[in-house]
Amino acid sequence: MEVKTIYKYPDSLEKKVTHYCPGCHHGIIHKLIAELIDEMNLLEKTIIVWPIGCSVLGYEYFKVDSCVAAHGRAPAMATGIKRANPENFVLSYQGDGDLASIGMAEIVHAAARGEKITVVFINNTNYGMTGGQMAPTTLIGQKTTTSPYGRDPKVSGYPIKVAELLSNLEGAAYIARAAVNKPTRITQAKKFLKKAFNAQLKEIGFSLVEFLSACPVQWHMTPLKALERIENELIPYYPLGEFKVKEGVE
Amino acid sequence: MSERVFMKGAEALAEAVIRSGCRFFYGYPITPQNETPEYFARKLPLVGGLYLQAESEVAAINMVYGTACAGKRVFTSTSSPGFSLMQEGISYIACSNVPVVVANVVRGGPGLGGISPAQSDYFQATKGGGHGDYKVVVIAPSSVQEIVDLVPKAFEIADKYRTVVELLLDGVLGQMMEAVEFNYDIDPNSLPEKPWALTGAKGRKKNTIVSFNLDPEKLEQMNLELKKKYDEIEKNEKMWEEYKLIDAEYIFVAYGTVGRIIKTVVDEEREKGIKVGLFRPITLWPFPYEELRKFVDQAKFFINVEMSLGQMLEDTRLSILDRKPTFFYGRTGGVVPTTVEIKEFFEKKMKEVG
Ligand SMILES: Cc1ncc(C[n+]2csc(CCOP(=O)(O)OP(=O)(O)O)c2C)c(N)n1
Repeated sequence: MEVKTIYKYPDSLEKKVTHYCPGCHHGIIHKLIAELIDEMNLLEKTIIVWPIGCSVLGYEYFKVDSCVAAHGRAPAMATGIKRANPENFVLSYQGDGDLASIGMAEIVHAAARGEKITVVFINNTNYGMTGGQMAPTTLIGQKTTTSPYGRDPKVSGYPIKVAELLSNLEGAAYIARAAVNKPTRITQAKKFLKKAFNAQLKEIGFSLVEFLSACPVQWHMTPLKALERIENELIPYYPLGEFKVKEGVE
Repeated sequence: MSERVFMKGAEALAEAVIRSGCRFFYGYPITPQNETPEYFARKLPLVGGLYLQAESEVAAINMVYGTACAGKRVFTSTSSPGFSLMQEGISYIACSNVPVVVANVVRGGPGLGGISPAQSDYFQATKGGGHGDYKVVVIAPSSVQEIVDLVPKAFEIADKYRTVVELLLDGVLGQMMEAVEFNYDIDPNSLPEKPWALTGAKGRKKNTIVSFNLDPEKLEQMNLELKKKYDEIEKNEKMWEEYKLIDAEYIFVAYGTVGRIIKTVVDEEREKGIKVGLFRPITLWPFPYEELRKFVDQAKFFINVEMSLGQMLEDTRLSILDRKPTFFYGRTGGVVPTTVEIKEFFEKKMKEVG
């Protein structure tokens, strides 16, 4: 009888228990990245730049070369790595505080330059690591430790739609938004991520996949309720799909 | 093969960096050092290198950080306000143990200040700048030829100790034109491999470069490791110049452009039969404390001259342990002191002390 493997632990992941909270989506997203590194045979050429935020320890979970950038500066550091050795496959992994707040200039300019790097952008609508403060992506009305009465646009302005914003830049080759709150969505997310990887491997330009990601602990919700929040509150404001697909990306 | 050329300091700096086998420059424009990046922009593409203008100094230093992690020689230059912005990156780079060479062409501050030459970033350069327990090797040339000679040394030190080396210049050195000789031209492909670099985990275990440790005991250990390295640097890498010091009773202490001005003062006073000399630190960190201390017994007093309100003065006093009087003369805000005013101040002090 022929045995076909349809599900296994990715080779590029270390066999380690992660530090992430129950119901957090960093784990699923790590696994998608690891599966693609395996499938696309990238382990020996990948360099991941980790952010400041919950995933600062991400380098412990992958068998690839890694570093940790200063808060928000991952796209600049990734630029320096990719320009030094263009044959490497360079990923930057960033949260919303990291990417859309302190590091907004770095991400916009990396995209505008068409840096041949791929960014995995985790939008959990708050600052997980520091205790659930307001982020640039926090929804109107959302309560956080620093918007205790709900985010008020008169005080704090409006949540930033990163995928839409960056897709306006010429240097962006592939920009998409995904979620992993349902199995079908996970399949779609992996397809998006693969295209983003390809945009870099084919040297077309900058690529980014934004993930709407659950943060049950800081949202004060059960993991299941957090999945529902993604469906009912996040997706209506942050629609899923592809925002920019340059010719040649597949 | 050595050749003699007439060059501006800022351009000689860039040429020296390229000849040191460095092919990567990231930066952001700021006066008075723009001729340096402009030179790179013209020359680097012709030798297969990269000039990339970043969106800010914050981004530039983090690009430098990335390229250093990837194992390549890399350089940036800026001036005071830009250097302040780079402090975040420099602190991370110092902790990560990756080699980087940076230049700060100092202008008058604080704040936006002005665009004229100054030495008022001495504290920032030698006492920290960014956060944490770290040190930066600070090299301060005082002529265009010395820039040319010290740049390859800066890269060597950076690589040897995997540390940050800062060239501290001022606008005078950048704008001055002099005949210089280059007697090196290092092929980047001839440099030793960096097995710790991020190049992809091919045929080896993964490499990781981080600048943090959440366990205080382990972070302390990291700091102690850094300290060990800095102790080694202090032992091995001090540089200084002694000018007419053998019998000197009055000792000037000055660095960079001022060091050069003081040589004229010393020569003119010597002609009058006054026993005066100059001690010029070339590395500001590590500071040649013991080397200056040797002159305490023979000296009547020490006199510090700077283009600041007295920053290196503190290190002079630490060197001589205040066993002899120290006087200070300085101009700040971008004013370069003249030999006439320095001599006047010196002669007044000589009369006072006797
Ligand atoms: C310069 C600087 N400012 C602030 C911080 C503190 N800090 C650490 S993580 C973080 C927020 C990260 O939030 P996000 O990027 O959304 O990632 P998450 O933790 O939610 O995954 C902040 C503000 C820091 N480390 N450095």
